[in-house]
Amino acid sequence: MTIQGWLLIAVFTGLVIAITKPFGLGLYAVMEGRRTWLHPVLGPVERAFYALSGIDPDKEQSWIRFGIHMLLFNVAGLFLTYAILRLQYYLPLNPLGFAGLAPHLAWNTAVSFTTNTNWQSYSGESTMSQFSQMVGLTIHNFISAATGIALAFAFIRGFARRETAVLGNFWADVTRVTLYLLLPVCLVYAVILLAAGVPQTFNGSVVATTLEGAKQTLVLGPVASQEAIKMVGTNGGGIYNGNSAHPYENPSALINLLQMVSIFSFGAGLTWAFGKAVGNTKQGWAIFSAMLALFLVGTAVAYSAESAGNPIHHALGVPGGNMEGKEVRFGIAASSLFAVVTTDASCGAVNAMHDSFTAIGGMIPLFNIQLGEIIFGGVGSGLYGMLLFVILGVFVAGLMVGRTPEYVGKKIDGREVKLAVLAIAVLPLIILGFTGLAAISKDGLAGLANQGPHGFSEMLYAFTSAVGNNGSAFAGLTASTPFYDGLLGVAMWLGRFFVIVPMLAIAGSLGAKRIVPESAGSFPTTGPLWVALLIGVILILGGLTFLPSLALGPIAEHIAMIHGQQF
Amino acid sequence: MGSNFISGLRPALVMTLLFGILTCGAYPLAVMGIGKLAFARQAEGSLITDTKGVVIGSSLIGQSFTSDGYFNSRPSAAGKGYDGTASSGSNLGPTSKALADRIAGDIKTRRAQGVTGPIPADLVTASGSGLDPDLSPAAALVQVPRIARARHVPEDSLRTLVEQHSQHPLLGFIGEDRVNVLELNRQLDILAGTLNGH
Repeated sequence: MTIQGWLLIAVFTGLVIAITKPFGLGLYAVMEGRRTWLHPVLGPVERAFYALSGIDPDKEQSWIRFGIHMLLFNVAGLFLTYAILRLQYYLPLNPLGFAGLAPHLAWNTAVSFTTNTNWQSYSGESTMSQFSQMVGLTIHNFISAATGIALAFAFIRGFARRETAVLGNFWADVTRVTLYLLLPVCLVYAVILLAAGVPQTFNGSVVATTLEGAKQTLVLGPVASQEAIKMVGTNGGGIYNGNSAHPYENPSALINLLQMVSIFSFGAGLTWAFGKAVGNTKQGWAIFSAMLALFLVGTAVAYSAESAGNPIHHALGVPGGNMEGKEVRFGIAASSLFAVVTTDASCGAVNAMHDSFTAIGGMIPLFNIQLGEIIFGGVGSGLYGMLLFVILGVFVAGLMVGRTPEYVGKKIDGREVKLAVLAIAVLPLIILGFTGLAAISKDGLAGLANQGPHGFSEMLYAFTSAVGNNGSAFAGLTASTPFYDGLLGVAMWLGRFFVIVPMLAIAGSLGAKRIVPESAGSFPTTGPLWVALLIGVILILGGLTFLPSLALGPIAEHIAMIHGQQF
Repeated sequence: MGSNFISGLRPALVMTLLFGILTCGAYPLAVMGIGKLAFARQAEGSLITDTKGVVIGSSLIGQSFTSDGYFNSRPSAAGKGYDGTASSGSNLGPTSKALADRIAGDIKTRRAQGVTGPIPADLVTASGSGLDPDLSPAAALVQVPRIARARHVPEDSLRTLVEQHSQHPLLGFIGEDRVNVLELNRQLDILAGTLNGH
């Protein structure tokens, strides 16, 4: 570890704190349907969207209607992308002449992008036409991000409103989020990326004659525009197989810093918007603090593990930190930090290969996803995932003092607690169930690139990443088989929508309640005591479930590694 | 339930279409237009051409250098090495025997070339993309004696070359010390040409 490395982490943390309120203000304004300075330009576009789709944006929806319309929108996009991927050979912008994708790969990829996972079972530069990337995939980068934020808005409204049956209009929310937040931010961001060297062209490729006289084909494409929404929307699916390790996606250390900050931007902003909506920004900062503490601990562990390096390689005569799978321009600090950020959020972009991290360095990303990606999290999903833990947190606090729990003026009853447990229990059930299935099946074991405990970690990581809608991978696993494509597709779908439905039901039931004034008996949910309790609940309920699986994978491998055992 | 479903069908279809036009048409084309006007070189991949106009690579993308007369690049897991159509890391884990064997093999090669002392880690590890354009200055410097023999140039001038072309972290902490291998080797060709009177 170096002072420069810690300085980078400190500056990154400072930048995240600094952008939280500005992003929060923007989110809050859009959530409330206020006029922004972009309205003179984009207002007519917004009204045209409503007119063409026959929507009255002021007609708000119950949680059931909000949820059904959200599902219909996502299913329509799923079918569109499946069709594009299957038919890409017959569609335009296919300069390298790629054939249509196999059914299992098209299914996996369509689900992957619809659910904001962006698991890349395909290899971008050798299977996807530019049309598939630009239309089939990019559309979901926007739709899934806007959907996530719209859902978070509905959940926030459930807490903030009193005695109401409606939580907002889904169509108005996704339209406004896209027009006034995602597109303007991405446009500026994409131009910065472009200036730094990220390509944006319809040229498919260029053949270079290298100094040693060999031919090298450089694959180009509309990279900058997809790269921007890939980070801001916590999508994570890159144009290239190498993702943000590829110099065309992430050309310099400064851009790398910008990419990391942009992953957290909307997730952090939503905590502020939540506080503002419930009438006390301290409530938002309390949630922010719990997230930040978990982020910092994860970063410290991952950075020290990667800096300590691998004793097996030290014995061969290579001292120092672990550089396998890492780029020289980022080094160990920025690679470890990126791995933590991308798994705290449900982004899944990678600037180094997690599969080649040390055992403990690779366990932190895995554990972050297993906690439910509630550390800033995916756009929208991070906040609503965290608020589910908040409900359990106040429930636990209520049990200790023997009072009905309250949170931001709402009484939390048995119904909300049961639904929150249901939403949280879906994750371990599918992750551990499907990993177990893969571990005892021939098809599951056939995909492994590594033997021993690391092979088990590869399977565990794949299902964790799929259910958590992260999309990063221990990428040695060959997942483009019917077995993995099929099963991971199911895992991604369940991991996204089986959390959303109970979450919306909670929002509906909270919205119908009246606000109870704070009294001397209310448990304060703004101070350090609350933050500590919340972290405790997250680690015990979210983390402990996975401890046995971590013992079989990364922990066993760590012990093997320090004893020099190889597989 | 039924009315909720039916009322959502039209907006679901129309909105998908409109989102497609806006986010997959207008947005990337706007970025492309700005690229054409202001950042034409970057938009097309930061290509480098020689004096005859032939593309010899990209300033951002690493290429394979394995001969004794050039600074060698890092091992690469992209295809058969620095394949621009197959970016990838090795994805071998920390206890992988295949990885330890590969590293041991590369160390043996370097030792045979006369490298003594600790081996810089980046010289024997594969990058995440397989297209890493850089080396650490240390990994370039350990190769100097071999290149000096092959090119008949003094070691000191090669060391100076590495130092001249090394880049340092922005503000002291954003990034790492590094040297772009393609750029370094182009300068090496120029230097060797001058010294050997071509």
